[in-house]
Amino acid sequence: MADSALALIILTPLAGALLVMLAGRWPNLREAVSIGTGLLLVAQIISIAPSVLDGSALRQVIATPVPQLPLAFEFEPLGLLFGLIASSLWVITTIYAIGYMRGHNESNQTRFFVFFAVAISATMGVALAANLFTLFVFYELLTLSTYPLVTHAGTVEARQGGRVYIGILIGTSMAFLLPAIIATWYLTGSTDFQVGGILSGKASGPVVGILFALFVFGIGKAALMPFHRWLPAAMVAPTPVSALLHAVAVVKAGVFAILKISVYIFGIDLLAQNGITDLLLWIVSITIIGASVIALNQDNLKRRLAYSTISQLSYVVLGAVLASTASVTGATLHIATHAVGKITLFFCAGAILVAAHKTRVSELDGLGRQMPITMGAFFIASVSIAGLPPMAGMWGKWYLSLGALDAGYAVIVGVLMVSTLLNIAYLLPIPIRAFFADSATPNVEIKEAPLPCLIAITITAALCVVLFFFPEPLHTLTGLLPI
Amino acid sequence: MIITQLPALQVVIPLIAAPLCLLLYRPLATWLLTVVTSAAAMLISGLILAQVLDQGVIDYTFGGWAAPFGIAYRIDLVNAYVLMIVSTISTIVSVFARVSVASEIEAHNQGIFYTAWLLCLTGLLGIAITGDAFNLFVFLEISSLSSYVLIAMGNDRRSLTAAFQYLIMGTIGATFILIGIGLLYALTGTLNMLDLAERIPEVANTRTARAGFAFLTVGIGLKIALFPLHLWLPNAYAYAPSAVSAFLAATATKVAVYVLLRFIFSVFGKDFALDTMPLALGLAILGSSAVIFASAIAIFQDNIKRMLAYSSVAQIGYLILGVSLVSPAGLTATILHLFNHALMKGALFLALGCIAWRIGSSRLGDFKGLGYRMPWTMGVFLIGSLSLVGIPMTAGFISKWYLVLAALERGWWPVLVVILAGSLLAVIYVWRVIESAYLGGKDNEAQVGEAPLSMLIPAWILALANLYFGVSTDLSVGVATEAATTLFGAG
Repeated sequence: MADSALALIILTPLAGALLVMLAGRWPNLREAVSIGTGLLLVAQIISIAPSVLDGSALRQVIATPVPQLPLAFEFEPLGLLFGLIASSLWVITTIYAIGYMRGHNESNQTRFFVFFAVAISATMGVALAANLFTLFVFYELLTLSTYPLVTHAGTVEARQGGRVYIGILIGTSMAFLLPAIIATWYLTGSTDFQVGGILSGKASGPVVGILFALFVFGIGKAALMPFHRWLPAAMVAPTPVSALLHAVAVVKAGVFAILKISVYIFGIDLLAQNGITDLLLWIVSITIIGASVIALNQDNLKRRLAYSTISQLSYVVLGAVLASTASVTGATLHIATHAVGKITLFFCAGAILVAAHKTRVSELDGLGRQMPITMGAFFIASVSIAGLPPMAGMWGKWYLSLGALDAGYAVIVGVLMVSTLLNIAYLLPIPIRAFFADSATPNVEIKEAPLPCLIAITITAALCVVLFFFPEPLHTLTGLLPI
Repeated sequence: MIITQLPALQVVIPLIAAPLCLLLYRPLATWLLTVVTSAAAMLISGLILAQVLDQGVIDYTFGGWAAPFGIAYRIDLVNAYVLMIVSTISTIVSVFARVSVASEIEAHNQGIFYTAWLLCLTGLLGIAITGDAFNLFVFLEISSLSSYVLIAMGNDRRSLTAAFQYLIMGTIGATFILIGIGLLYALTGTLNMLDLAERIPEVANTRTARAGFAFLTVGIGLKIALFPLHLWLPNAYAYAPSAVSAFLAATATKVAVYVLLRFIFSVFGKDFALDTMPLALGLAILGSSAVIFASAIAIFQDNIKRMLAYSSVAQIGYLILGVSLVSPAGLTATILHLFNHALMKGALFLALGCIAWRIGSSRLGDFKGLGYRMPWTMGVFLIGSLSLVGIPMTAGFISKWYLVLAALERGWWPVLVVILAGSLLAVIYVWRVIESAYLGGKDNEAQVGEAPLSMLIPAWILALANLYFGVSTDLSVGVATEAATTLFGAG
């Protein structure tokens, strides 16, 4: 496979965006274009996968605006995993969005699908970035391209949410991430992602700790407290956006970047020695527990899921901070398994909105009888998010616990277990009450969600189960990580 | 050979075209003459730049009179670079000007307008090309006086007070410069910059030399609109005709910065200017203040032209910060930003010009839904804004990157903080506009209506240049680096 295939992966969704714009007048054609582009993208990534698995590095330099600071792409196992998840879930989300956007009579649907494709292109750029500079470019592009999606409704509320969204994401990236990149460049003369890291031998002691903290907080998309508020704010977006972007693409771009920086800029050996692991572990633990506790008290379903996401994202950050082989493996697995679990939950939330026009947890009693598929999928995904067998979510938590023990932080295992209990407490009552409680008002005339929505929900819920029994593909990729 | 006379033609052509304009008087004819003259000037600067890159410094003596008696032009890469910026911007903006000026200035005044434009162009080109200190002052006055006229022609009555304010401040500045030059002449007996540079070291330790330097710095500072001497600028840019705002914002202050560089590095020498006189620290403080305070003030502006004017004051802060670092890298950043800032501010002011032409306002409240009504114009504004903030892959990022590198080289971490804070503030002030334009609510009754192509094409040329020079930097960075080496080595 030629190296130029890498740029094509970025360009495919962009070309898709253009075609969607041109096909805007014919909704069926437009959506066909979206799905077709998505399938093409998945095919492209899969066709490149063998050479990544061989270990031969594909690399392509697009332009060099500043010497030693090229805009370059490279595919490595972590990026392959992330790219594969984001692109395949894009296809599923598009199917879902057809049902949702039409069922909900949203306006400006063409604009919606166009920016969706642009956001995917930016996500691919993040996944393929060969250095910090490229990562930064596409990180910012992702923020900008999702802004019109967050503010899609155009209401005062949407605009306020959008302001928080863009304010925190751009603010943290410019105040912390950019200085961290500049400092890395200053220390090493390079921003390339390299096996074993580029900082070892160039920095030591407190510098490493401070730099790592700058990266972790600068990547606001990872939603580490206290920079998490943009995620609940982004819930004003239409549900497909919340599902794909704010459970998968955008937030995972954040934690993916942190993992990638940990592995390829610092190198986990260097990270394991840095002085502020304890402090970061505190912050991560507070985020994990704190966000879960807040989620308990959210009556708005999407906000509850958003806080759940904040908590779960910190699992991945935790994996990076612990910096052991097992913990990074766990973090990588968690990126994948949380993605399928959380996107299912958001799909369900959207399906409930479209079919029953309900947004509050307290209104969902007894709904399971009218919407059995949706609520059944909700149950499966909830179990997966809580990390219980036989669902895929278990694997990430398993390896993270092992990693915590390896690194000598037994207390972190306790944090993970408390978090599991909290997950059960805020998620499982929803499907259980939907099936077994009686609703206050009779749910007559409520039917299941539109068919495209149900198809999407079924696929992702099935993935939660499948990835528990057949996690080999994930293990193959994590086995290739240089850790 | 005509080629050897290029340096003279660079100034003489617009100088002759100006009175010709007054004779032609008819709007269309005068506009055409302005465009043709600007294009000719651009061609000449291009040839001069190529020649300088190829063969090094060009020496030219007017009328064959040797230096101490006649006026000598000495064109090195820095001169050629500034000439190129000024003439290119003048060409692009003058193409844009026809429709814009037709809607903002009464027909019987347009002849005068274009005359003043050409005179201003003459002045700016003259400043950038001359090697004679007094000649520089003369050209400075030509450009200043004509820009007072240009600003006063704005269709808002407040443009008169703005022009008057600028007139007073500009005259004080010019007087200071003249006093400075006079003191140097008294001390050395020459006005030629090359001779000045030779003779000043001998007399550097006199009070006269120091006073002369101080007068010059403050006078030029006024012309640059260096914080806190910037008070004339916001009103002048806000109430001037749209095309004039774009032209002056992209060229006038840039040329003034060039004058500062020339006097600091070529005439006085950096050791005297930046070390003996404690100017480096002063410039660092003033530059940082400009970045922070002017950006902060820009956030609270309701008039978008005024907002961009304050943004210009902030951007001048970056230019000055680069100078204050006293290193080839810092100087490279400054010279690079001269060009990049001309691109971004040119694009932004042209976009505002299109908007003013269509809706007759530049108030934030009137921008609601403009993203849908004028998608192409707002596209230019968006690209210009991104460049202004310094998003990677735009020209603005390249400037800031080099400035950051230069600051790190000196170990001046606070400067890094200032640059990042300035960028964050810039995000806030441009975002108010973007948000209002795209999310301010779509007014369904308002019809989609774009500006004519004669306005859009120049605006898009500048917008695309912002992107081009953000990715392919060989040309801009290459020339800036060499120009910086020339200046730095000269001291």
